[in-house]
Amino acid sequence: MSLTTTRPLDGLRARVDRFTSRRASWIPVFAALGILIALLVAGQVYFGNFITPRVLSSLLLDNAYLLILAVGMTFVILTAGIDLSVGAVLAFTAILGARLLSEGFPVVVVIPVMLVGGSLIGLLIGVLIQFFDVQPFIASLAGMFAARGLAFLVSLSSIKVEDPVILWLQTKLFYIDGWFLSPTGIIAIGVVIAGALVLQFTRFGRTIYAIGGNEQSARLMGLPVVRTKLLAYVISGACAGLAGIVFTAYQGAGYPLNGVGTELDTIAAVVIGGTLLTGGSGFVLGSMIGVFVYGTIKTAISFLGAEQSWTRITIGALLLMFVVVQRVIVARSSRR
Amino acid sequence: MTRILRHRLVLPIAALVALVLVNTISRPSFVSITVRDGQLYGSVIDILRNSAPLMLVALGMTIVIATRGIDLSVGALMAVSGAVALTIIDGSGAPDSPATLAIAIAAGVAVTLVFGAWNGFLVAVLGIQPIIATLVLMLAGRGIALLITGGFITTVTSTPYKFMSQGYLLGLPFAFYVSVVAIVLVAVIQRRTALGVLTESVGINPEASRLAGVRSRGIVWGAYAASGLLAGFAGILYSSNIMAADANAAGQYIELDAILAVVLGGTSLMGGKFSIAGTVIGVFTIQTLKSTITFLGVPPAVSPLFMALVVVIVVLVQSQRVRGGTLRLWNALTARSTKDAEVAR
Repeated sequence: MSLTTTRPLDGLRARVDRFTSRRASWIPVFAALGILIALLVAGQVYFGNFITPRVLSSLLLDNAYLLILAVGMTFVILTAGIDLSVGAVLAFTAILGARLLSEGFPVVVVIPVMLVGGSLIGLLIGVLIQFFDVQPFIASLAGMFAARGLAFLVSLSSIKVEDPVILWLQTKLFYIDGWFLSPTGIIAIGVVIAGALVLQFTRFGRTIYAIGGNEQSARLMGLPVVRTKLLAYVISGACAGLAGIVFTAYQGAGYPLNGVGTELDTIAAVVIGGTLLTGGSGFVLGSMIGVFVYGTIKTAISFLGAEQSWTRITIGALLLMFVVVQRVIVARSSRR
Repeated sequence: MTRILRHRLVLPIAALVALVLVNTISRPSFVSITVRDGQLYGSVIDILRNSAPLMLVALGMTIVIATRGIDLSVGALMAVSGAVALTIIDGSGAPDSPATLAIAIAAGVAVTLVFGAWNGFLVAVLGIQPIIATLVLMLAGRGIALLITGGFITTVTSTPYKFMSQGYLLGLPFAFYVSVVAIVLVAVIQRRTALGVLTESVGINPEASRLAGVRSRGIVWGAYAASGLLAGFAGILYSSNIMAADANAAGQYIELDAILAVVLGGTSLMGGKFSIAGTVIGVFTIQTLKSTITFLGVPPAVSPLFMALVVVIVVLVQSQRVRGGTLRLWNALTARSTKDAEVAR
């Protein structure tokens, strides 16, 4: 290191070295950004009409719910946990909201109920993990079963939503020069910004990183480990509830089988975005890029007119690539 | 008496017995077995037959969990093996000939064995977390199965293929023999050789066992390969039951059921000590529970709620905190009763 800094010719190299050693956790995020740009450029070259305001805007529009889920999931994964329940919680809050709306409850009541419903399931999972030493995988599995069962308990069939406020969230489009943005997109971006700020600049956010880095050390330092971990799962649950609202607006209906497999898509997007599953390293912005990578692949495959089964295969392959890259990074940094 | 109570299989067996009792009381026909044409019929026989795919998957999962891992890809691998086998039978001219059948099964199982070995490579050689390493195939596997079947649900008519899950041999379902053979094979390989102990040592402390000269890499690798192989056979059985390769529905949620069965059987997810007998009991418990849910007239869709309750109860029973609390309560109660007895005397 000292050798490279003394030589002026290698100034740039030294800077890169210094950056990579100090900001090692950002490298996967840049890698994901590189993949996203490469995908977009490749799409543009192949299709000719890929990088257009319409396609890029609908990328946000179509994946707003996934973006919200990914932010919540990032909090949980940063504490070295995992939340398998988000897809089922999304389905539960969506069908609950649709049922309440169809029975004439006003939207100002329904939306808080959906958020609280999601948060409660998150709290249940957190309590199981924190107070009964249940592994996050199993505890959130119970949450997933519970939410899916509750969703079917609310209604076995699809319920159409005709509430103007919910529908407005999706149908109202703000046009700027061919770009368009729906209120759901604004909500998703808002959640990303809020998540990023909380993680970077609040005591709570830094505690999350500390717990993920080493829970034992965090406890010995006197950080509120119990409260923070519980809150991480509550946030994930609340995000799933919010995603339920956005998804209801997107579909115009609630259906108890919604979101099967969404938890896997969410985890894949978060991992592709550079968050380590061992916890303690990762960024909400990375998860956002991961979601966009996912959305771009999906769009490209529908442009190609190929089978949607290719989406899963490509995501699986990308996931593999990123996990291997992360593994190399972790191995290098632990050697240092 | 206390030694029997302390045995680690007491709780799993008690759960299964309780479930069977509840069933028998609420519908006496549950335990009745009728003989028709020399073949046995009844709810219990159905449970024995329908549990076969889960049994195979759960046996593989037990070994993987013993190495401190987890295999999420089993459901997807089931879809793949079913798709491969049925596509071969569909494409061949003689769907009823034993040769076609043998080739189809061998090909389906070989593919999942390769996938299982791939999982093992990711975990054992590259050192990737098991959850995420197997998540890759869990995501991609169903896509691959869909590609094999061309996006359709391949259906075939082949009498010998159908026999595997629906046929009878010496009065009992053939599928039951498959699971018995699998249980015996796994038990002999793990418990009559040193492999089981080595697997446990790798699960308890991978680093220490490596330093002690255990080839942990090969053992972990083998565990995932075995899990893939067993999932392949499970996929064959599943597709033979419905005589169709449904890439989306085959083995859906079976990884969760299998993990649950292993945990119910008293094997800790933290790796180390495992119990094959426990897993067998766990599988029967889950299958009985499913049959109970259907019988109670609960819509199948709401059954996840029951599964959630079971998971919560099981993990609470296993939790140190609850155990410690109950033990203290029990001690307090027994202490008081002995004191009362002394006073009375």
